[in-house]
Amino acid sequence: MSGAHAHALHYHGHSPLHRAAPQVKLAGLVLFVLAVVMTPPVAVWAFSIYAAILVALVGVASIPPRFFLTRLSIDLPFVLFAFLLPFFGEGPRVDLGFLSLSSAGLLAAWNILVKATLGAGASVLLAATTEVSDIITGLRKLKVPIVLTAIAAFMIRYLDVIAGEMRRTRIAMKARGYDPSWIAQVGPLATAAGALFIRSYERGERVHQAMMARGFVGEFPAALDDREEIVRWWPAMAPVLIAWATMVMASLIT
Amino acid sequence: MKALAVSGLTFAYPDGTRAVNGVDLDIEIGERVAVLGPNGAGKTSLLLLLIGVLEAQAGSIEIGGLRLGPDNLGEIRRRLGLVFQDPDDQLFMPTVEQDVGFGPANLGLRGPELRARVTEALEAVGEADLAERAPHHLSGGERRRVSIATVLAMNPEILVLDEPTSNLDPAGRRELVGLLGGLDASQVVVTHDLPFALELCPRAVILDGGRVVADGPTAELMADRELMNSHRLELPYGFDPANIRRR
Repeated sequence: MSGAHAHALHYHGHSPLHRAAPQVKLAGLVLFVLAVVMTPPVAVWAFSIYAAILVALVGVASIPPRFFLTRLSIDLPFVLFAFLLPFFGEGPRVDLGFLSLSSAGLLAAWNILVKATLGAGASVLLAATTEVSDIITGLRKLKVPIVLTAIAAFMIRYLDVIAGEMRRTRIAMKARGYDPSWIAQVGPLATAAGALFIRSYERGERVHQAMMARGFVGEFPAALDDREEIVRWWPAMAPVLIAWATMVMASLIT
Repeated sequence: MKALAVSGLTFAYPDGTRAVNGVDLDIEIGERVAVLGPNGAGKTSLLLLLIGVLEAQAGSIEIGGLRLGPDNLGEIRRRLGLVFQDPDDQLFMPTVEQDVGFGPANLGLRGPELRARVTEALEAVGEADLAERAPHHLSGGERRRVSIATVLAMNPEILVLDEPTSNLDPAGRRELVGLLGGLDASQVVVTHDLPFALELCPRAVILDGGRVVADGPTAELMADRELMNSHRLELPYGFDPANIRRR
């Protein structure tokens, strides 16, 4: 547990959800989101069950609601787009007196709003209860091709390094009288981005050399996966089963 | 048998720059040797040649009696552990223990054997507590020691360090002297930090223009002002190697 410097989405804790094996949580997330996406938008009651499941899990993980909601706001830009649909939708219109809205557009907006929010909520929950390195390990245990997990791992590893280089470059520019304001800063910043790309590329080369120096021959060795963990699929899958049962019922009824 | 035997090593980059120009260097088992030289002397190229990342145009490299060739790169890289200058290049896995396990896993170790090797290497550098941390969340000194652990985990016969004191504070630097001084493996330390070289390595070679221009006891080389100055090697202000008592 690298509690001291966890990433911004992580909420340190020891709840059953924190301790659950990452592969179980990942599989649960995917299955939950699938159930949400496959539910017909008219089955409003089904979505309240999904929301209840999420709220219950946030409670089990003892994540403060404020922490959860601020992270959830990441889906706002996507949801804003949905608000436009009722105004520009085709077909029969619903008259609210002062404005008239497309009923198909309303349904589409609701569909995007509720599914995006539930999906984002489930993802925030995973991120809040799982360290990044554990997510990578979980993906590997779910037999995701090692090339993909390796790319993700490198990206996470070097994001901070590259962001730090970018920050230093900007400070260096400011220190020499460069005044960043929106339009004016584009030119020099683009140059800096180009330089940053070259530096990242060169770093990639050095990392590759460091890998070869330790016997890398193009294939990632099995990672150290022997940490004790209790993989209990069934208790973890209970929320997913409820979600799927809800989705099947909603599909049959509507 | 020598820990390292380099003879007539020559390498030029595609643009024609002769980075290494006929280097001869023998290192005995258990010996610690500093490689000194100005920027552009060919030090880093020499290191990349030693692990077979660059391919020499002429000359030979033997590590523990095994001659480097395309067929035995794996064994060569096990015998010679290279610690890169920037720990951010050296540490690329999501957690410290996975990073330390990377080398031995490439050697085919698995399960409890791999775990034991990782623990042993981290304990050797005094950082067993960091096993599950992410490398980018460590301090400079911790990164340096973990970098050394990643190489120790491969049980190298010879340890090669590129600028090990760069970006370390004086306390971190002193701890590093203690750590490296306590290891049994032969060591080649490439450094601009002359007091560090003097403290750690009884013998030094000066590399300039891709050649070995001097080879001898570190204190004697450093006392030779003319030699040092002619290769842009300058001792820190007020530092006189003659006043240092050998440990």
